[in-house]
Amino acid sequence: MPTARKSSLRWSNWNLLLLVPLLMLVTPWFNFDEPRVFGLPFFYWYQFAWVPVGVVCVGLVYVKTKDEPVVKGKPDLLSVDDLDEGAK
Amino acid sequence: MQWTELVVFSALFLLVTVLGFFAAKWKAGDTLEHLDEWGLGGRKFGSWITWFLVGGDLYTAYTFVAVPALVFGAGAMGFFALPYTIILYPIVFLPLVRMWSVSRVHGYVTPADFVRGRYGSHWLALLIAITGIVATMPYIALQLVGLEAVLRTMGLNGSGLLGHLPLFIAFVILALYTYQSGLRAPALIAFVKDTLIYIVILVAVIYLPSKFGGWGAIFDTAQAKYAASESKADGIILNGNNQLQYATLALGSALALFLYPHSLTGILASRGRNVIKRNMVALPAYSLLLGLLAMLGFVAISAGVKPITNQATGRPDTNTIVPVLFGQEFPGWFAGVAFAAIAIGALVPAAIMSIAAANLWTRNIYKEYLKKDASPAQEAKQAKLASLVVKFGAVAFIVFVDPQFSIDLQLIGGVMILQTLPAVAIALYTRWFHVYGLIAGWIAGMGYGMYLLYNIGNPAIGKAHFAGSALPLDKLSLFGWHPFAGSAVQIYVGAIAVVANLLVAVIVTLIAKRARVFNGTDQTSADDYHVDEDSDRVKPVAVH
Repeated sequence: MPTARKSSLRWSNWNLLLLVPLLMLVTPWFNFDEPRVFGLPFFYWYQFAWVPVGVVCVGLVYVKTKDEPVVKGKPDLLSVDDLDEGAK
Repeated sequence: MQWTELVVFSALFLLVTVLGFFAAKWKAGDTLEHLDEWGLGGRKFGSWITWFLVGGDLYTAYTFVAVPALVFGAGAMGFFALPYTIILYPIVFLPLVRMWSVSRVHGYVTPADFVRGRYGSHWLALLIAITGIVATMPYIALQLVGLEAVLRTMGLNGSGLLGHLPLFIAFVILALYTYQSGLRAPALIAFVKDTLIYIVILVAVIYLPSKFGGWGAIFDTAQAKYAASESKADGIILNGNNQLQYATLALGSALALFLYPHSLTGILASRGRNVIKRNMVALPAYSLLLGLLAMLGFVAISAGVKPITNQATGRPDTNTIVPVLFGQEFPGWFAGVAFAAIAIGALVPAAIMSIAAANLWTRNIYKEYLKKDASPAQEAKQAKLASLVVKFGAVAFIVFVDPQFSIDLQLIGGVMILQTLPAVAIALYTRWFHVYGLIAGWIAGMGYGMYLLYNIGNPAIGKAHFAGSALPLDKLSLFGWHPFAGSAVQIYVGAIAVVANLLVAVIVTLIAKRARVFNGTDQTSADDYHVDEDSDRVKPVAVH
């Protein structure tokens, strides 16, 4: 039911990248033994190759949508103690 | 008895026990007598802690023994774990930050809390809470299966009740420090667990293949074994009938994982949106590890590993193949480290799962129905007690009931938890579904899913019901009508059940809206879903 309240969605076209990794579910594209790499059948090394693809897609969306909506996050310091002081 | 292994194992086990008790003081808040503190570690974990905690939570000991065991038995099908954990993070990236924000504004501790706030219906919340508890219980029991596989490999393989004693001791210790330290205990122990696991698996994957003539020879040996076996479903690649099962199982599992209450616990415990987003980029490191680990199932074939016979049930336990492989191919001290890695890998998720189940019990059943005016301190007390009950329930399950029953239940649990998708995940985006639609959809998906699972038999292992999650389309029946009669193509039952769930939910929603039935009150507002840690709208931690 359409209401007067504003939409709770904030969209960026970069988000479409998140759909790319789903392509790895198309099994007919990679269900082969040959060619092998380091002895690994195609079926296996092809799927391993999707790990970096997934990371790049999610990473790009993170970086590109970072400063858009409400996020006014403080810079993250790479020390466990600093990271966990809490946000009081 | 393998003494070197036992000594190394016990030393590492002692280390995490000390850590577990020490954790109560680690970054302590003003009080531990509040669910924000005991159950969510003060809601302030940063990127590194969250990475170890969520990684330790999702990639469990059972995963580490069961996935290679599946590959050992069936080949390529067991590799679904890799696509599953690759597509997982892109799928949940956006919904999880929304869930974090809305939970942070309103102080939600469980997914059922969110549903209660979003729809104002304690009945719908109760359904979600019960689904979560029932799906989590066998999962905890399975961590014990992983732990016991290691203990039995080390020679602690007694029969009868005495045979379960080592497991019992390990769990009493776990129960005590979880009771005392809450979520901080698994968070701290996860550092040890994940470090050990990374070392062990990397060494194994680099060292073992050269011992058996390289990956090429290992895969050829495996293929020869599958070709010689009676089953037609195994092989180093998929066949025409199980490809759809492979893809739908990976997708269904990815959709289900963050609906489990324990996964969400790790997310809600983090400090802010950026912590979660960064982790969605970094967590696939574990997926890589899981993929490598899965291939140890093939290595075990080349190594001629024979699963150990479980003296308590009298049957060979394929879950022991990875521990046996390590015991057979590595010096005693390294095998001890590997065994400790798997065992500690069982403790971390078991602790988080019991905390998550305890939170659900306390927030959505105890406080909702039994003691409406419970103070935060009483809630914390109740959750601590519930975590003990949950853990000992799991031990009793393993000791008194055939472990196979837990494995069946976990399979069922995956299909069950997927039925909360519309009420928990879709509700993060829209309130279009009517509360009656969601309830009707849940009933339909649950009933249909259970019915289909019940009808899956596997004569080869002598089981007539609940023998797997792969349904031949031939068996797909709708009130006696078989739309795909004669087809041997398999599909994941959860995928069908959730489609049934959504269809019924849409139909009932349309009817309810036409009839103008009241759709509950929404406590949340559109902006709540974008609030970050530095906003003045976040609810202060550990006050009420």
